[in-house]
Amino acid sequence: MTAPLSFYHTPAPPGLTGIKAWLLTHDHKRLGLMYLGAVLFWFTVAMFLGLLLRTELMSQGRTIMGPELYNSMFTLHGVIMIFLFVIPAIPAIFGNFFLPIQLGTDDVFFPRLNLFSWYLFMIGGLFAIVALFVGDGFPDTGWTFYVPFSVEVDSNVGLTVSAAFILGMSSMLTGLNFVTTFHRMRDKSMGLMQIPLFTWSLYATAWVQILATPVISITFVLVVVERFFGVGLFDPDKGGDPLLYQHLFWMYSHPAVYIMILPGMGVVSEIIPVFSRKSIFGYKAIVWSSMGIAIAGSLVWAHHMYTSGMSDVSVFVFSLLTFLVAIPSAVKVFSWVATMYRGAIEMTPPLLLALIFIYLFTVGGLTGLVLGAVGPDIHVHDTHFVVAHFHFVMFGGTGFAFFAALHFWWPKMFGIMYRFKPAYIGASLTAIGFLFHYVPMLILGLQGMPRRYYDYLPQYETGNFLAGFGGYLLTAGIVIMFVNLVLSFRQQQPAGVDPWGGTTLEWMVPSPPPVHNFVVPPSIAAYPYDFTGVVERERQKGLKG
Amino acid sequence: MTDRIDQDGIKIGMWLFLYSEIILFGGLFVLYAAYFHRYPEFFAAGGLELDRLFGAANTVVLLVSSFTVAASITALRLGKKGQCIGLLLFSLFCGVIFLVNKYFEWGAKFARDIFPNSETLTSGEPGLNIFFGLYYIITGLHGIHVIIGMILLAVSLVWVMTGRISASRFSMLDNSGLYWHLVDLIWIFVFPLFYLVL
Repeated sequence: MTAPLSFYHTPAPPGLTGIKAWLLTHDHKRLGLMYLGAVLFWFTVAMFLGLLLRTELMSQGRTIMGPELYNSMFTLHGVIMIFLFVIPAIPAIFGNFFLPIQLGTDDVFFPRLNLFSWYLFMIGGLFAIVALFVGDGFPDTGWTFYVPFSVEVDSNVGLTVSAAFILGMSSMLTGLNFVTTFHRMRDKSMGLMQIPLFTWSLYATAWVQILATPVISITFVLVVVERFFGVGLFDPDKGGDPLLYQHLFWMYSHPAVYIMILPGMGVVSEIIPVFSRKSIFGYKAIVWSSMGIAIAGSLVWAHHMYTSGMSDVSVFVFSLLTFLVAIPSAVKVFSWVATMYRGAIEMTPPLLLALIFIYLFTVGGLTGLVLGAVGPDIHVHDTHFVVAHFHFVMFGGTGFAFFAALHFWWPKMFGIMYRFKPAYIGASLTAIGFLFHYVPMLILGLQGMPRRYYDYLPQYETGNFLAGFGGYLLTAGIVIMFVNLVLSFRQQQPAGVDPWGGTTLEWMVPSPPPVHNFVVPPSIAAYPYDFTGVVERERQKGLKG
Repeated sequence: MTDRIDQDGIKIGMWLFLYSEIILFGGLFVLYAAYFHRYPEFFAAGGLELDRLFGAANTVVLLVSSFTVAASITALRLGKKGQCIGLLLFSLFCGVIFLVNKYFEWGAKFARDIFPNSETLTSGEPGLNIFFGLYYIITGLHGIHVIIGMILLAVSLVWVMTGRISASRFSMLDNSGLYWHLVDLIWIFVFPLFYLVL
């Protein structure tokens, strides 16, 4: 039997050719790759913006840019990284590509809506670019757009929050699509406890996207309304209360943190068992902890506001709830580690990246508890400690999970294998650079250096210089990883159906998959992480060789 | 893979979208709750300024139109295309009445210098300014939803006429109907919160 043509050679809907086969496609795999292109573009832009910011901070006083540019630049870095990279990266790219395959179906439930979401994503990005070049320049409010500054300042706040509004819409519609697909398109013989963990994590994420995103939408609408009509809902002179803006903002933006991290946890839950050749420890516990994080994570938003003047009771309650989120997160970490215990571990680039994820995410989680506790938070609130903390979670967590997913599924998406050695070097350099970059920031924060400041006192210079130095190592590592992946197109080393020994459905279909994913109807395993077949296959191969 | 259209699945998607719409308004209702707690007496005073007759009339108009939209779906399923078109036209007409009412209502307020950032409001009591600020934002956003709902109904109407929506394939009409009920439902909350506040 000849292998079926891959989705690259079969446009969906049929009859489209050339660029139309991409821009008008309903195929979830093509859309995933289109997101990949767009997201990588934004990631690269924002990464270099971040590097410029840290270069500016490497020495005291003006180094390469002025204070206004610095303020706009950290806002742009934040807006791009949050709305155009971390939130969409894993769900929109790998979720689109693999969720239908893992569920044993041929596409998402609303394929045309999926295409529409991609266009919303592109339009949102376009708005952000336009905001850079028209009118009074990019906002310098920070990505939080706190009132009253965001209402009064002359820069393009309106355009930028509109961009965020549109991007939120795109993310919400993707979530809606995933939830419907999960319930209506799943293979009839696949029970709830037979679903791969990556898909489970996307399902939990999708609910947060649907339920939380409208809150930020209305908040941004209010910012625009205030700018145009001056109603005064957040203006104390007119009877309003700026604190309510912060509540509304974080009511979305804290759950959004879980939109960012849950899919990353799903990726790691796939990678660890495959390379341990051992069933995942506590499958059900991981499923329930995903849902637990999604629910508990929606109730902790005001821990961003301990110093904003809330009542002591609220502070106490939100602190307690924040500690609760640590429980399901820890359940996951322990499950991953326990999976590896007495497994037959095979080191590969995706596994190395997943291990780095576990380490960095744990540091991020534990520093998060420092911030969740009221006493220490008052001390380090709005300092570099916070910056380091959320970069440990967002970048050390989601960022590394994204790299791990890229290395894990690259052979499946493109049908080719990359070279391992440069991937190891790139990943290690990125991790070392990461620690050099952010550990000094933790210390600077404890010493009292505020975040978002253009300049600082002399005692902070060593730490800032070291952080900048680490930033260059980090960037170099990421460039090596990406270049290595791109070079795999030149080597064209075929990857085969199942290069890693995976057990979920995407490893049963050809690489790259054909347009309808499954040439023969999939057979659903009683349990998605049963490696006896894989181990037996490898033993046979070993006996022959 | 499946040739049959999964009507239930389409409806699940629509319901999820409607949830998100409710949460969109939910954000504003949270603001309402917080400010009502702070300025109860001014909210009561502001409520007296609003015309209950207009508000009640609009409530009736929307409820009736919700009924006729639901009836139009039943009519289509029973194969009575003409009746369906008639009921949809009537629903659209109700939408127009609602907007015209709203126009006169807002116009009367504007004439008395009550609108966002007006001299009367900004120099007057802060509680009243917040009440009317919320009034304009919430009824304004609701008005936008009425217009979107009418566009959806109008598209459905045209598709019913051209036969794109038929007794066997009516998801678009069904979902437009659901959206219209949502517009109605939100109004059911908006009306007492502003017009009937003590």
